[in-house]
Amino acid sequence: MNEDIKASSCAIEVRGLNKSFGERLALRSIDLRVSRGEHVVIFGPNGAGKTTLVKILATLVKPSSGSVQLDDIDIYDKPAQIRRRISLVSHQTFLYDDLTVYENLKFYGKMYDVPDLEQRIHEVIAWVQLESRLHSRVDTLSHGLQRRVSIARSVLHNPPILLLDEPEAGLDPHADAVIKDVLASINSGSRTIVMTTHNLERGLELGERVIILDRGKVVYQAAKHDISVKDFRQIFDQHTRISK
Amino acid sequence: MNEIFTRIFAIFWKDMLIEIRSKEFVFSVLVFAILELVIFSFAFSIRANMADMAASGILWVALTFGGVIGFNRIFAVEKENARLEGLMLCPVDRSIIYWGKLAGSFIFMLAVAVVVTPIFLILFNLPLLLPRLALIIVLAIIGFAAVGTLFSAVAINTRARDIMLPILFLPIIVPVIVAAVKATAPVLAGKAWGDILTWLQIIIAFDIIYLVVATLVFEFVIEE
Amino acid sequence: MSNKRALRDNALLGLGLVLMVAALYMVFVYVPTEKNMGIVQRIFYFHVPIAWVSLLSFFITFIFSILYLWKREMKWDSVACASAEIGVVFTTLVLITGPIWAKPVWGIWWTWDARLSTSLVLWLIYVAYLLIRSFATEPARGARYGAVIGIVGFIDVPLVFLAVNLWRTQHPTTIVFEGGVTVPMLLTLIVCIVAFTTLYIILLVQSANLKIMDADIKHLKGMIQAE
Repeated sequence: MNEDIKASSCAIEVRGLNKSFGERLALRSIDLRVSRGEHVVIFGPNGAGKTTLVKILATLVKPSSGSVQLDDIDIYDKPAQIRRRISLVSHQTFLYDDLTVYENLKFYGKMYDVPDLEQRIHEVIAWVQLESRLHSRVDTLSHGLQRRVSIARSVLHNPPILLLDEPEAGLDPHADAVIKDVLASINSGSRTIVMTTHNLERGLELGERVIILDRGKVVYQAAKHDISVKDFRQIFDQHTRISK
Repeated sequence: MNEIFTRIFAIFWKDMLIEIRSKEFVFSVLVFAILELVIFSFAFSIRANMADMAASGILWVALTFGGVIGFNRIFAVEKENARLEGLMLCPVDRSIIYWGKLAGSFIFMLAVAVVVTPIFLILFNLPLLLPRLALIIVLAIIGFAAVGTLFSAVAINTRARDIMLPILFLPIIVPVIVAAVKATAPVLAGKAWGDILTWLQIIIAFDIIYLVVATLVFEFVIEE
Repeated sequence: MSNKRALRDNALLGLGLVLMVAALYMVFVYVPTEKNMGIVQRIFYFHVPIAWVSLLSFFITFIFSILYLWKREMKWDSVACASAEIGVVFTTLVLITGPIWAKPVWGIWWTWDARLSTSLVLWLIYVAYLLIRSFATEPARGARYGAVIGIVGFIDVPLVFLAVNLWRTQHPTTIVFEGGVTVPMLLTLIVCIVAFTTLYIILLVQSANLKIMDADIKHLKGMIQAE
């Protein structure tokens, strides 16, 4: 009985995940469990495998071996069903520059079969505070604004699991701050979040649990426990220096 | 079922909007196809009443190469902003993406044919009202689009993408070209149906086979 | 285990050698010269088996491409690729021996008959197969794309043959043995076909094994580098 409750409160379960690209081993024996509603932040130097891990969770990349389950659905079994329940925000916007914000959202809304699409579009665009630019072409927006539209796109279908791959990358500090606010307001629900970032400070703010990935392996994992940024920086350097 | 059509149409409509907004591309392909017609005409020292077979060949070369130029665009459009990943994140069967793109490439080729063919007929002093020619063209274009869309997805993730698409595409569509050229010649000369029926059957068989095969095989092309 | 394999490989090699010697003997000594075409006709005993093997090798590529996409084990892809490489070589030989035979006999280098035309298109398709593999950005992609071409390309072959055949029957210039085909000719042909098929199998086994070992080494290298 206890086991059942445990199993169904698990949003993401990864066991023994390996991924190699030809010769290169990108991920080695990754184990990861994320409970529903939990916010997990993954840190790691460049090339650690953060993006690969997130892409595998997003069903964009197939694992070489190991088991991956999201919302109790096996990734090998019904990936299309998983995609309904997740969303990915990365530094790539997935938007069509020649189309307006509205047209982009309408397109993705149709692809995700979102009910009451018109209303929903207005809802999400209000969340990211871009009502005034709803009918502007995407290529007339700055990077920061485009990133916000991308976030709006990602919550259109109200996914219980949100995956973020360095969402602050390439943005100036002001845009970055806005993104942070936007993310906070969107996650007032009980969304499960997995985020990768280079920004130790931001990550510590957002995350309940922190993981450090290095050279494809999990080298550190802990609940946040109010670690100061300075201490965490030490921990980070320590764990990623060992393997040098 | 409705879901499937909605999504295919969504992809198709999105592509149409993009092409309408950035008009240069379709226009350039049209200009290119017309140029080809003209060049080939000069190269073969055309007299206006030349043999139907040669005229037929010229038309189909113009259409084929116009198509080859255009097909790269089909998936190249999805390269920026990682849009293809965005599409792949959607909870749809991969083959729906193929059919959405297929609809777009069919319309594209149709647009090229609609402009090039009348110009061709005028240049060669041939009758303009040829419904049988229209039928041949539509059937052949389906085959071109079926193969071109699939190979476009293959070529974009390859180095030397611009040359790989023709190298893959042209050998495969040889049956369509042979059949289309052979079927068009008697039509231009105003001959009876009987001559072209078998050729049409070949084109139709090709279309059906490749639509099925491409649908089955497409997911292996775009997944990682 | 490796002893068994060496034994099997050597047995195959021995068999192939015997068959090839027998074939050469039969082609150059045993079978009488054909009445109408003269000595050049002997090329036929090479041309036909080589054409047969080229078709066989692309069929094998087709089958193993499907297997690879289904099971995703590298070894299937290695066989498919090895077979395609051999196929391209054999198809090139077909395209060379064809004109060599045609020129003295019919006075023309090339004829757009169904068989030669299909061989030419076949050659183009499988060269494209090899090109896409080498131009792919990663080996795994190259294997996948190659498999797709292997499947799509092979399905095209009967269609090409059909189309060109239909075209040519409107202008018949078929290759006919006016003197008829005698028993010794048939016998020689059969021996040659068996000999060349064995040669193909030997080449395929060697080449595929090499590729599989190469892939294993790369995989191990990757694992060592990561530590």
